[in-house]
Amino acid sequence: MNAITNILKEFPRYLWSGWGAIASLFLFLAVWDLGNQINGSLTLPSPKETFIALWQLMQTAQLWQDVQITVERALWGFLISLVLGTFLGMLAGNFVTASMMSRPIITLIMGVPPIAWIVLALIWFGMSDESVIFTVVIAAFPIVFVGALQGARTLEGDLNDMANSFQTPLWMKLTDVYFPHMFSYVFPAWISALGMSWKVVVMAELLSTPDGIGASLAVARSHFDSAAAMALVVIMVIILLLIEYLLLEPIKREVEQWRS
Amino acid sequence: MAKLATTENNTPFLQASQLFHRFGPTEILENINFTLEAGKVISIVGPSGGGKTTLLHLCGDLLDVTDGKVINRFESQAFAFQDARLLPWLTALENIAFSLKAKGVAKNHRRKLAAKMAYRLGLVKEDLDKFPKDLSGGMRQRVAFARALVLEPELLFLDEPFSALDIGLKRELQSLLIEWVTNKNLSIFFITHDLAEAVQLSDEILVLDADPGRIVKRVKIEKCQSERDGEFIHQQIRMLLDDPLIIETFELNFNNRQQEAS
Ligand SMILES: Nc1ncnc2c1ncn2[C@@H]1O[C@H](COP(=O)(O)OP(=O)(O)O)[C@@H](O)[C@H]1O
Ligand SMILES: [Mg+2]
Repeated sequence: MNAITNILKEFPRYLWSGWGAIASLFLFLAVWDLGNQINGSLTLPSPKETFIALWQLMQTAQLWQDVQITVERALWGFLISLVLGTFLGMLAGNFVTASMMSRPIITLIMGVPPIAWIVLALIWFGMSDESVIFTVVIAAFPIVFVGALQGARTLEGDLNDMANSFQTPLWMKLTDVYFPHMFSYVFPAWISALGMSWKVVVMAELLSTPDGIGASLAVARSHFDSAAAMALVVIMVIILLLIEYLLLEPIKREVEQWRS
Repeated sequence: MAKLATTENNTPFLQASQLFHRFGPTEILENINFTLEAGKVISIVGPSGGGKTTLLHLCGDLLDVTDGKVINRFESQAFAFQDARLLPWLTALENIAFSLKAKGVAKNHRRKLAAKMAYRLGLVKEDLDKFPKDLSGGMRQRVAFARALVLEPELLFLDEPFSALDIGLKRELQSLLIEWVTNKNLSIFFITHDLAEAVQLSDEILVLDADPGRIVKRVKIEKCQSERDGEFIHQQIRMLLDDPLIIETFELNFNNRQQEAS
C-alpha cells in the first residue's frame, strides 16, 4: 500500500528530526545527575548507577518475562477498549438520547480515580490478570468512547450536505466522507488510550499481581533497591517512547498529513 | 440522454412560486416568485443575512420546502457553496474529482477531467496535490467551483463563488461562465453581493431585502452577456443605484459588512 511505503520512505528523515529531542534528553540526564549529587544515591540513584542496574536487569530472563506479561496485559486492555469504545461510541453517537445519557456515565467513570478501580477490581476478580485488564479498560475505554461519540455526532454537517448535493452514493459517502471523518476523531483517541493503558497497567500490577513490571517495581520498593526501581522506570519509559515514536508517530504523520 | 422532440414541456426550467420559509419563529423568506429558464442567468443580490443562501438551498433541494412550491425540471445540477466545503483529507485534485466519482466516472478519466478543469480555473500543477489546509482562500474557492463545473451540469447554483478571488481571475471565470451560458445553454442561479458582477452575468437581477427576505425589485437585462462592455455595465449600475430602494438595501448591506469586519 502506498501509505506504508511512504511511511518507510519518510522514516530516515523522521529519525534525523529527532536530534532536538535527544539533546533535551541529555539535558534531562544532567539535571538528574545533579539531583543525585545533592540528595545521595539512596533517594535518587545517579543515571550511571541506574543504567548499570538496568544492564544487570537486562541479563535476567525474569525481566523479559515481566515485560512480556505487562505488554500483553496492556495490549489486551487497549484492544478491548478500542473495539468496545469505537463501536459503542459510534452507536451512541447516532442517537441523541443515547449520547445524552452516556455523557454523565462517562464523566462518572472518568471521575473515579484508577486506584479506586483497582481496589474494586481486586474485590471482584482477585489477584489476577483480569483485575489488571479490567482497570486498563476502565481507564482507556472512556477516551475512545468519547472520541468515537464526537466523531459520530459531527458526521451530519456541511460536508455531508455537500456530498448529498452531488448525489453521492452511500458506499462512497462511507469511504470518502464518513470513514475519514470518524478516523480523524477516533485515531487520536486510540493514541491517548494506548498511552493511558501503559501507565495504568503498571499501577494495577503494582497492587494486584505477583508478576509483571509493576510487581517487580513493588519488590524493588520493598527491598529499598532504588537503583532497580529507577531501572524499571527507565524500561517503562523506553517502551513507551519506542511505541510512541517508532510506531505511532510515523503512522500519525502519514495518515494525518491533511491536518493543519 | 435522448430528449423527446420539441414540446414546450421539454425545455427545462426552475420555478419558485409563493415560496416562504421560516427557521423557528423567524420568517426568513416571504413570498418569493421567479422563473429561471434554460440558458439564462438569474442573480440574487442583497444584504447578508437576507436569506439568499436559504433560497438557494430551497431551490436546489438541499432544504425541504415547507410553504410554497419549487419546480425544478433540469436534469443535472451542481453547487458551489459559499464556504468551499472541501474534504480536508482529499487533495485539491481529488476534491475536484469527487463530484465525478459520485457520478461513477472511472478513476483515470475523472482525474484527467478534474485536472483539465483545474488548469482552466488558473490552478497550477503543484496545487493539485495539496490538501485544502495548504491552499489559499481563493484557491479553495476555485477548487469548489471546479468541482461543480467539471460535471457540466445543466443548472449551476453559485453562492458568492468569486468573493475571495482577485479581479483578474474573477473576470476570467465570468467569461468562462458566459461562454458556457451562450454555447452550452447553461443556466445559473447566482448569488452575489457585487452589483457589477450581477450586471455582467445576469438576464435578470432580483434584489432581495432582509427581515424578512423578499424581492423588492426585479431588473431584466436584455443585452447579450458577451456584448456587455465596461461602459454598459457602468451605465446599468448607475441606473440601478438611482433607485432609492436599491441604495437603501445596499447601504444596509455595506453597513452590515463593516460591522462584521470590525
Ligand atoms: N439552519 C438554520 N437554522 C436557523 N437559522 C438559520 C439557518 N440558516 C440560516 N439561518 C438564518 O437565516 C438568515 C438568512 O441566512 P442566509 O440564507 O444564510 O442569508 P444570506 O445568504 O443572504 O447571507 C440568517 O439570519 C441566518 O442566521
Ligand atoms: Mg449566504
